Amino acid sequence: MQASFTAHVVSNREIAPGAYLLRFKRSFDFIAGQVIRIGVDTSGETRLYSIASGNSDENVDILYTVNPEGGLTPALSGLRPGDHVLHSEVFGRFICREECAVWIAAGTGIAPFASMAFSGQHSGKILLFGGRSRQRLYFHGQLNDLLGSNYIPCCSRESFSGAFHGRVTDYLKSLKQIDLAVPHYLCGSAGMVVDVRDILIEKGLAFEKVFAEIFF
Amino acid sequence: MFGSTLKELTGIAAELGMPSYAGRQLAEWMYKRHVADIGRMSNLSKADRKKLEEHYALGNSDPVKVQTSVDGTKKYLYQSVGGRFVEAAYIPEGKRHTLCVSSQVGCKMGCLFCMTGKQGFQGQLTAGEIVNQVRSLPERDLLTNIVYMGMGEPFDNLEEVMKSLEILTEDYGFGMSPKRITVSTIGIIPAMRVFLEKSSCHLAVSLHSPFEEERRKLMPIEHVYSLSEVLSTIREFSPGKQRRTSFEYIVFKDLNHSQRHVNELARILNGIRYRINLLRFHPIPGTPLASPDDESIEQFQAALERKGLITTIRRSRGQDIYAACGLLSTKGQQDKKLQ
Repeated sequence: MQASFTAHVVSNREIAPGAYLLRFKRSFDFIAGQVIRIGVDTSGETRLYSIASGNSDENVDILYTVNPEGGLTPALSGLRPGDHVLHSEVFGRFICREECAVWIAAGTGIAPFASMAFSGQHSGKILLFGGRSRQRLYFHGQLNDLLGSNYIPCCSRESFSGAFHGRVTDYLKSLKQIDLAVPHYLCGSAGMVVDVRDILIEKGLAFEKVFAEIFF
Repeated sequence: MFGSTLKELTGIAAELGMPSYAGRQLAEWMYKRHVADIGRMSNLSKADRKKLEEHYALGNSDPVKVQTSVDGTKKYLYQSVGGRFVEAAYIPEGKRHTLCVSSQVGCKMGCLFCMTGKQGFQGQLTAGEIVNQVRSLPERDLLTNIVYMGMGEPFDNLEEVMKSLEILTEDYGFGMSPKRITVSTIGIIPAMRVFLEKSSCHLAVSLHSPFEEERRKLMPIEHVYSLSEVLSTIREFSPGKQRRTSFEYIVFKDLNHSQRHVNELARILNGIRYRINLLRFHPIPGTPLASPDDESIEQFQAALERKGLITTIRRSRGQDIYAACGLLSTKGQQDKKLQ
């Protein structure tokens, strides 16, 4: 699980203030939802990221936000096309195999669901995605195109047509009922995951139907 | 300065033009004599003490609140940097006096059964803030054991936890035997590997189900680091006589104590030197999980022992003051502060 492989950076774009999409050439197979360890140099810090691109794409996309005091992301954001990035083998089991499911994400927690959607697993899925601003609803256009009315963006600090104004937790609380028959997959910060899980359980969903991926 | 290793203290001394042995003297004053005031470090020259006071503070503090359980357990509340709060639980039991320390404010791991997880993550504790929970404990001189089982996942704060372990176990520090210290993890493998390589302290792993499919519904970490990989890593390090691995197993009503669980535990723990600690689940608000009765836990233990598995039933301690396993939380203090 060490970041001992190198890849060429194809691009590294700032897609929202402080949020980047790192793209490098794919040289391995993976299952949508899996994670990979990323680093810049062999002696520096490495971190785990969910892959955000489709499993047939030519490149691998990593969505990250820069923590100015962090040991990795300031250096990661400085990578330019042609530079090397370090990565591990892919691993992890946050994999959705069901035909029907609800996906719930906030912020960069969209990555595994974006990967699933871009890998062709979006049929039969409902995606609830929260971001502070429209800019932070990463992949908004692509997800909207793929999922249509099954894509429910929630924007807490901006109001715009087609989006619920509020957090994903507010949206869930506003629902009279939820689908208790399908699994719910969650990805986001610890606070978001715990709050969403509590709401789902309160609304009658069995905890066995909640699968969560956490940031750490 | 409190929470600095000997190497760091020697660096501080050099930076201020103090003698090379002053680092060890500083360690002695802080970690053995437990002084809370640089002015009382009487074997340092007055000029050196003045320089230290100008550039550094000790940075330790006393608990701001204590609650005492009917069973003698005490829960101490500490205010850390930035007005955040953490708790530590002191658990006296016969000749054994255990302190359960926190390593983070809140936790990122989101385990379904844990009260700390419900408050989310607010920050990392420094080594000084971890060791300060020991230093400032009124019962410090009675302590026989320290367990890193309070708030937070220790291996999500590896660097500071390793520093704190060095200070607690090295001769220049508290000089405790590593056999008296246990660090508990849910199984963050890369950090666990560093710990197994560099520390002689005991390891405890939160298990709670031998089946990965069940465990991932209780503990999201299973999606990233699976139990089978955690166990393979433990086997790889073959702890030997010095180190014991214990597996913490919270028993939930009608969930994880069937014969099927007994059989699978026997299978997966084969070849590991271990002990299983069975703990009753302590219900938390809004949980879908329930606590089993005593008889169920005893039957489960008997079934495990028939398979040759070494088990202990851990008594619940401090449940009336929310100091028992899985109940520590400072969400209330954090919320009050935000208001």
